[in-house]
Amino acid sequence: MQPKSPPNPIRRQLLTSITSLLGFVGVVFAAIPFLSAFKPSARAEAAGAPVKVNISKLSPGELMTVEWRGMPVFVYKVSSEAQNALSADKSKLADPNSDQQQQPEYAQNDTRSRKKGIAVVKGVCTHLGCAPKFYPEATSQDFDPNWQGGFFCPCHGSKFDLAGRVYANVPAPTNLEVPPHYFETDSTLVIGSDGAS
Amino acid sequence: MTTDTRTKRFLSWIDFRFPLTEVFERHLSKYPAPTNLNIWYLFGFLLIVVLAMQIVTGLWLMMNYTNSAEEAFSSVEYIMRDVEYGWLIRYMHAAGASAFFALIYLHMFRGMMYGSYQKPRELIWLGGWFTYLILMAEGFTGYVLPWGQMSFWAAQVIISLFSSIPVVGEDLATWIRGDYLVSGITLSRLFAFHVVLLPILLIAIVFFHILALHEIGSNNPDGIDVKKHLDEDGVPLDTKPFFPYDISHDIFALGVFLIIFCSVVFFFPTGGGYIIEYVNYEPANPLSTPAHIVPSWYYTPFYAMLRAVDFPLFGLTAKFLGFATMMAAVAIFAVLPWLDRSPVKSIKYKGILSKTFLGIFVVSFFALCYLGMVPPTETKTLLSKIFTLGYFSYFLLMPIYTRIEKCKPVPERVAEA
Repeated sequence: MQPKSPPNPIRRQLLTSITSLLGFVGVVFAAIPFLSAFKPSARAEAAGAPVKVNISKLSPGELMTVEWRGMPVFVYKVSSEAQNALSADKSKLADPNSDQQQQPEYAQNDTRSRKKGIAVVKGVCTHLGCAPKFYPEATSQDFDPNWQGGFFCPCHGSKFDLAGRVYANVPAPTNLEVPPHYFETDSTLVIGSDGAS
Repeated sequence: MTTDTRTKRFLSWIDFRFPLTEVFERHLSKYPAPTNLNIWYLFGFLLIVVLAMQIVTGLWLMMNYTNSAEEAFSSVEYIMRDVEYGWLIRYMHAAGASAFFALIYLHMFRGMMYGSYQKPRELIWLGGWFTYLILMAEGFTGYVLPWGQMSFWAAQVIISLFSSIPVVGEDLATWIRGDYLVSGITLSRLFAFHVVLLPILLIAIVFFHILALHEIGSNNPDGIDVKKHLDEDGVPLDTKPFFPYDISHDIFALGVFLIIFCSVVFFFPTGGGYIIEYVNYEPANPLSTPAHIVPSWYYTPFYAMLRAVDFPLFGLTAKFLGFATMMAAVAIFAVLPWLDRSPVKSIKYKGILSKTFLGIFVVSFFALCYLGMVPPTETKTLLSKIFTLGYFSYFLLMPIYTRIEKCKPVPERVAEA
C-alpha cells in the first residue's frame, strides 16, 4: 500500500528540515567530548616544568643532551674560532639573521645564544622532528664535502650550522628552535623559563 | 528417509528463514568468472586469506601485548620468548603485513593494466583504493606498537607531517599525539585504532568491494564485455561458475603462496631487515634518533617523494609541499577511472603511449622504492625528483595520451582474442 501524500507538503518539509538540523546540531555537540579527549591531558600538560642543568664541566665543542618536556635540548660550547666563522659566511643559509621567530628575542643574534659561547637549541629537526646529529668539526663528510660544522639530520638530510641556522635547499624550513632559557649562575642553566625579568 | 532428502529438508528450513542457497549461488556456484582469467586474477583471493590470517594472529598477539610506553617493548619480548609459539604468531603477523602490501600492489597493478577501474567498475576501484588507504594506516599504527626505536621515530616523523599544514598544523599534530611529543598517550591511541577502528573499517570496505564486484562481474585480461553474449539462461557464454572451476585455481595458488610465506616466516622472519627492522630491537629512546631511519619497504616510494621536494614554492614551505606531494601520490589513484579516456580497457589493445607510460610508472615506482630506502645524497635526491615526475606523468598525462593514441579493436568473444 502506498503511503498517502501529506495534506500540507510544505509543512511536512519544514518539520523534516528542522528535525534534521536539530539532529545535526546534537551530533556536533556530542562530538565535542570525543574530540577534546584527544587533546593533551592535564598530566601531560603538567609534565612541562623547567629543568636546571650544570654546565661547568662542558668543554668547547662538547655537546650535552638535556631532556625537557620529553624533547632533547642540545647544550654545547662553541669555540671562539667557530664563533667567528658563524658571522663570516652566511651565503648558504636560509635565514642567517634569524628573522623567523624561532628563538626568544634575547637570542636573535649571530650565535643565536643568550650568552656568547653557550648554545641552547631544541634537538628537534624543524622538518619532521628527528633528533639531528652533531658534527662539530669542519671536515669533509659523506653528506657534504665542504662541511663547516653543525648539525645533520639523518632522517631527510637537513643541515644546520653550529648556531642551529638552517641551510638553504634542505627539507627543514626554519632554524632549530631556541627554547626559553636563562643562566641562574655562570654554571647553572635553566631551560624552560625566560628568568625573573 | 535418506540422508539426501534430510539435507534438502534442512536446507529448505534454513532457506525459509535466511537466503543461504541464494547467497551461495549468487556469490559462488553461479558467479560467472570469465574463461580467460589469468595469473593476475589470483591476488584478490589471496588478499582475503591474508586479511583473515592478520585478524587471527592479531587477536592472539593482543592477548599478551601491553599498550603502555613502559611495558610495550618488554611485552613483545615476552611474546617472542615466553609465550608458547608466540614467536610464530608474531612473525606471521609481521610477515603478513608485508605480504598484504605485496599482494595489494600486484592486485592494483592488475587493475591498472587491464583497465578494471573503467566504467562501470569505478566504485569497485574506489572501494579498493579506500582499502589501500586503511591498510596503510593499519601498517603504520601496527608498526608503532612494539615501541622500539623505529616505532617511536616513525610515529614522530609521520605525525609531524601534519604540523606542516599551514596555520592549524602544530595544534593538529599535538591533538593527534595527545602530547607535545610522541609518548605513551600516543601509543595507546594508535593501539586502539589498530585493533578496533581500522579493522572494522577494513572488513566493511572489503565487503563493499566484493559486493560491488559481484553486481557488475569481473573484468578480464582482454577487457571484453562478456555480458554481450548470453546463453538461453542469461549466463554469459564466455564464463564458468566461480565455484568450483575458478576457486580451484585460487586454492592451488594459495598452496604456492603458503610455501613462499612459510619459507619467509620460518627461515627469514625479519626478511633481512625489510619485514622487521633491526633498529626496532632497541627500545624507544626519545632523545636519540637512529642514524639511518627508513620506513617499511611498502611506504618507501612515497617517502622518497617526501624527501625529493626540498624547495619552497608559491609561499608554501618545502616541508608542506613534500607532505602534499606524498598525499597526492596516494590520492591520485582515486581519480584514475576519470583520467582514462581510452575506448578500450586492456593494455593489450591500448596504443604504444599507454604501454610506455605504464612502463614509466612501474620503473618510477620501483626506483622510488629503492631511493626511499637509502640515505639521501644530492644525486639520489635528483633521481627521486625525476622519478616522482615519472610517477605523476602516468596519471596526469593520461587524459591526453589515451585520447590521441591508436587502439587495436577489441574482439567480441574470448575465443577470438
